Amino acid sequence: MQHEDGHTVGTGFFTSVDDVLTRLAEAGYLASTAVATTVFLADRLGKPLLVEGPAGVGKTELAKAVARVGAARLVRLQCYEGIDESRALYEWNHAKQLLRITAGRDERWDDARTDIFGEEFLLARPLLTAIRGEEPTVLLIDETDKADVEMEGLLLEVLSDFQVTVPELGTVTASRRPFVLLTSNADRELSEALRRRCLFLHLDFPEAELEQRIVRLQVPGLDAVLAESLVRVVGALRAMELRKPPSVAETVDWARTLLVLGAETLDETVVQDTLGVILKHQDDVLKAAAKLAPA
Amino acid sequence: MSAGHGGTEDLAARLTGLVQALRGHGLRIGTGETVDAAAALQVLGLAEREYVREGLAAALLRTDRQRAVFDAVFDLYFPLGVGIPHGTRPLDGEPADRAATVADLRERLALALAANDAAATARLAGEAVEALGRYGAAAGPGAGWGPGSGQGGRPGSDGWSAYQTLDRLRPETLLARVLAALRAGGAGRGADGADGFTDRLTEDEIRRRIRAFRAQVGTEARRRVAEVRGTERIAERAVAPTPDRVDFLAAGADQLAELRRTVRPLARKLATRLAARRRRAARGRIDLRRTLRRSLSTGGVPLRPAYRRRRPARPEIVLLCDVSGSVAGFANFTMLLVRAMRDQFTKVRVFAFVNRTDEVTRLVAGDTDPAGLGRRILTEAAVAGWHGSSDYGAALGEFAERYPDAVGPRTAVLVLGDARTNGWDPNLPALQRIADRARRVIWLNPEQASLWGTGDSAALAYAGVVDMHACRNARRLGELVGRLLPV
Repeated sequence: MQHEDGHTVGTGFFTSVDDVLTRLAEAGYLASTAVATTVFLADRLGKPLLVEGPAGVGKTELAKAVARVGAARLVRLQCYEGIDESRALYEWNHAKQLLRITAGRDERWDDARTDIFGEEFLLARPLLTAIRGEEPTVLLIDETDKADVEMEGLLLEVLSDFQVTVPELGTVTASRRPFVLLTSNADRELSEALRRRCLFLHLDFPEAELEQRIVRLQVPGLDAVLAESLVRVVGALRAMELRKPPSVAETVDWARTLLVLGAETLDETVVQDTLGVILKHQDDVLKAAAKLAPA
Repeated sequence: MSAGHGGTEDLAARLTGLVQALRGHGLRIGTGETVDAAAALQVLGLAEREYVREGLAAALLRTDRQRAVFDAVFDLYFPLGVGIPHGTRPLDGEPADRAATVADLRERLALALAANDAAATARLAGEAVEALGRYGAAAGPGAGWGPGSGQGGRPGSDGWSAYQTLDRLRPETLLARVLAALRAGGAGRGADGADGFTDRLTEDEIRRRIRAFRAQVGTEARRRVAEVRGTERIAERAVAPTPDRVDFLAAGADQLAELRRTVRPLARKLATRLAARRRRAARGRIDLRRTLRRSLSTGGVPLRPAYRRRRPARPEIVLLCDVSGSVAGFANFTMLLVRAMRDQFTKVRVFAFVNRTDEVTRLVAGDTDPAGLGRRILTEAAVAGWHGSSDYGAALGEFAERYPDAVGPRTAVLVLGDARTNGWDPNLPALQRIADRARRVIWLNPEQASLWGTGDSAALAYAGVVDMHACRNARRLGELVGRLLPV
């Protein structure tokens, strides 16, 4: 680890766990103790934070909120199958290099060579951008599990030393460490080596009480009693074995729907009509309808 | 709160002890992570126990599966308090007095559950273990509740039992009372219209809260025993392994239920693994003839190698499962897993047997109620003849006889079972016939390899004909399926 000298290497956005809680809340993100503690540690120890959990529990949202709180630039690397170095790290701008060579026709080769591999022809992709940045930066590596295994090898270098080697230019080391947040839906098991470099946070569906607060923060117009029963129904649905349990985002969507429909209380018909907002599979809808029907 | 831990020295020892215990449970934690954990402790301080818990979890854990183990071990090494919680009076004297205590605890527990007050239920769990869970010599002369208690207890044989506590307190029976309390409270709110709909959810919610209380009692009992006997021994014994490492043959109903919840994520992971293998296989082998022909245009130098094209056909899977008593849990889990992975294969057919074979593909395909699958197979399919013990020879023979069309050159056959024939003829030729026709036959045996061939097991004989692999838990099953199935 790089903090032997006693000085902190972290990003220094926060002063304490409670500070994380209050300031994230001000930024519109209600965090649990687990989230606040790990975010604080990631901030202090300067280690990347790997957030794993089902879709729609607010993993990406967390990164955005941290960026808002730290007044930092958010650099986002969206991973997908087949993403490679040239999309994640940097790429030479071939077209521009060719233009440069044709423009300087009478030039000696040595001059051209030193020139065309200069900063001007380098296209920085998210990882390089985040490392070179002078201002506070939050680097979000989204859906890391979608990327291929080769990509993880690349991330290892970047995340352990916060440096990138461009053969023609030399090694670029971060002058200011970004706050790094990796998200994963656990579609694929990430390699041990990558996990070992990160702090780990499993983000699950929030407690009922916290979810109520989230709903009321996101949908201010909603009646408190309605919000409560809504969250209870969602909790009951999650306890069932569904193909796709409703996420927090879907709870909020449902709350918005109910608000638009002007529903004042939850009853049979309202729920049956709007179940499609929270459940995305027909068998789930049928199962839930059977469960919620009067005994 | 953490007054118990002394200086830094002590804390470091405690942390390494925790790490050792976690390693003992099969979590791989390196020195680097331990150092991170120490750094986390330094940053967080010890004032807030929950912060410490989350901080250590973030530094030490790598997957969510490890969390339950971690929580239990953490409670042992960083206990909430030491000794007896305040406001508890030790139980003594007459059984009538004890009955009163039980009634009192139940009353307060009902209120706490109704209010959904987690702190209160945790406190009550402590009190309940103190009052009702003690056994052995420490229980005192008046404790005549069960055999073996009271005098004559050797030192070291006393302790606290979660089982005994729950048996006396019987929190499940509080359901009706909690419901009544809630209804009374709800009527006061005067919002019966609003709550009419969500009322029907209340029962399940209370059940979940009671389950949480039971877990709290378990934790509390472990903590107390740990105080008496030393943390290491308890950490070894009393903490349940992660679900994917539970032995199929020893798994209880709860563990199997927990295992079923891992089916879908596991299937997704295996699907990506198979897809990756398929991709790699697709660009694998060089087609020599086409490469040579191409090289003619470049003067005989094979500049552009040509690869063999693969037929884009996915394999067919046939599952042949022993569903008798002890191995049923293993068979059912595997059926659900293969079903969840069905988009990876052209065709999946499932056959079950005890001593007769019947096709159960339709039963497995029905989406509803995975928990009742085993029972449905036993009742709705003809898997057993005139007796109920398994007969591999007869079952394999019947399969080869009745379903010759199920197995072809593209089929991978998975046989699941412990190969215990109960003394009947193993009928190796039948298995040989299946193996001859299939692309691949893999036998997954839930018994460890050292038991193969002992007693009435014909495992070694079968292993001579087909590939046999020991497959004792879900983790191993995932490995084998990801590695062995043809793509």
